[in-house]
Amino acid sequence: MTTISGLFDNKGTPLEKQQFTWKEIGGIKPISKLDDDAFTRVRIILMNGIEVDALRLKHIGARFHRDLRVPLAKIRRIEQHQNTMINWLLSADHSPLETTIAYEQTAIEITAAVAQTEPDAYQAQAYRFGLLEDFDHLYRYAALLDRLEGKDANNILQCYTDILPGRPTWLEHRAPEDDVRNSYNRKDAALITKLHAALITAAEYQTHDYYMNIGPLFADPVARQIYAEIASMEEQHVTQYGSLIDPEETFIEKWLIHEAMEVYTYYSCAQQETNPRIKAIWERFLDYELGHLNYVKEIMKKYERRDPAEILSGTIPSFVTFASQRDYVREVLTNEVDLRANKTEYVPREEESQDSINYKNYMNSEGNASLTASIGYKWLPGTELNNKAKGE
Amino acid sequence: MENTTKIGLNKTGIQMSPIDSKRLIQITQLTPPTLNLENNPTIMELRIQAVKESAQSIGSVPAPASLTGVVSTTLEKLSGNNPEILIDKLSERAAFERTGTRLYEALIAKAMGLNNLTSDQLAILYKIRDDEARHYRIVVDALESIGADPTAQTPCADLIAVASLGNVQVITDPRSTFAQSLNTLLTIELTDNAGWELLIDLADKLGHKQMVQSFRHALDQENLHLATIRDWLKQAVLEQA
Repeated sequence: MTTISGLFDNKGTPLEKQQFTWKEIGGIKPISKLDDDAFTRVRIILMNGIEVDALRLKHIGARFHRDLRVPLAKIRRIEQHQNTMINWLLSADHSPLETTIAYEQTAIEITAAVAQTEPDAYQAQAYRFGLLEDFDHLYRYAALLDRLEGKDANNILQCYTDILPGRPTWLEHRAPEDDVRNSYNRKDAALITKLHAALITAAEYQTHDYYMNIGPLFADPVARQIYAEIASMEEQHVTQYGSLIDPEETFIEKWLIHEAMEVYTYYSCAQQETNPRIKAIWERFLDYELGHLNYVKEIMKKYERRDPAEILSGTIPSFVTFASQRDYVREVLTNEVDLRANKTEYVPREEESQDSINYKNYMNSEGNASLTASIGYKWLPGTELNNKAKGE
Repeated sequence: MENTTKIGLNKTGIQMSPIDSKRLIQITQLTPPTLNLENNPTIMELRIQAVKESAQSIGSVPAPASLTGVVSTTLEKLSGNNPEILIDKLSERAAFERTGTRLYEALIAKAMGLNNLTSDQLAILYKIRDDEARHYRIVVDALESIGADPTAQTPCADLIAVASLGNVQVITDPRSTFAQSLNTLLTIELTDNAGWELLIDLADKLGHKQMVQSFRHALDQENLHLATIRDWLKQAVLEQA
């Protein structure tokens, strides 16, 4: 694994020069659903999730810190407009269900990439555990897309991601106490561990919010029930990933880590983007985020009398990889699909907590729509209606 | 923007990823499909059950003022066993003509942006736009003549607007070509024609002679719209081929 250092030492664009016009953010030309690479869309969805989380964290911080309300408002205004420009890159010919497929592809490929570079074995296990659940969601949604809209999920996935069952969705539902994990220790965790936890939590949170927003847009009762179920799963995932973060960190520390994570992820996007127009956006926002990071560094010095370098120094992996993780995901699927959770630990199926078993049995007692949508489903190029063997 | 469709780097099909697609297909063939569990419904069963259990409708048709006693003079004009059917279908037409007017405005903007029409052709589009707006007001008059509220959104008006949303998305997308927009307008005009024909039959059955007369005039104009859009689309597609 190659590493980099010194990324966070750059000053970036000063806040006063981080400006937008309405036309620039709302009138931005979207990507092509058909011609752009699926990983360009993955980067858009990921960065959208991260910017939404940037706002979320800063709003919560402002509720606790009177002196920080104005500084936080300043950064939030810029991030709101970064967020808009990025999210508006998604073209309107994506149906909500097609965008859902892209969200799950993002979750799978990014979580798999992060799991491989995460140095903390327990945290890496958490990523692999969640990965197999998002992997299953993709398969259930692919079945729904085929059987509801008559569309092929691979038109979105572009052959980068397998469409197979993972840990079955109806078995993923757990009691809340079985979703809260051990956190890293702020004093001795590696910087990349902190960045990963902030990144994956942000991505999952946005997926949750997206499903909660679009679920009621569907008329079909099967779709409505699947979105209700998988939105709840995403809440479980936010609980799991959010609990990996040390609650003993101060708010300013969390803010600093979040800005560093934003820098790192924009840097990763800029390094790997294939669409030159979008690459320019990642580069511009990388400079903006360095400006935000520099701003919060000064706040940390002023209010906590701490040197931000104590948190930000050291090396990190050269970037978050945006590429198909097919081989790794297959390996994890083979080895870990039967894992379950018992309090903070990952355990064999037979040791799953009784609380979780009771919870899922009750939730599933009137039927399970993710199962309903996918009975007998095998992905085929051009949808399952393209099954020549059936001679239909 | 481009006003023609070209060969390019479309990445959606499996031919663009010969190696990855082979691996994807292979593992899919080796993996058993999902088996159902006891008592879990299939998609068909769940949908049937949901229909059976749904005690709801989309909504209701508001009682016309004539039936609530406000405009008693028009009461006799409402005939038939279910006057709400006429009100609902009239409201549907009104909603459709309003959306149609806005769609032609969007198409005119597209044509002006592309600069692909002669001034005579542009004038035809403006004329159709104005016809659609006039047809809306014809239906408003008809609703008022039977004491119904032309501002209410009835169930059929609501659902035709839901169905029209995709058409709005296609035509207002700055990236769609003129021919692609015409293709969408063709579905609009075909539906519109059939809608007016049905409305004429309905008004005729219920004895609303004046409505029949004004609706027939609208249908004549809609036939011209349909012929124009069909011809233009054919011309645009054949020219590109």
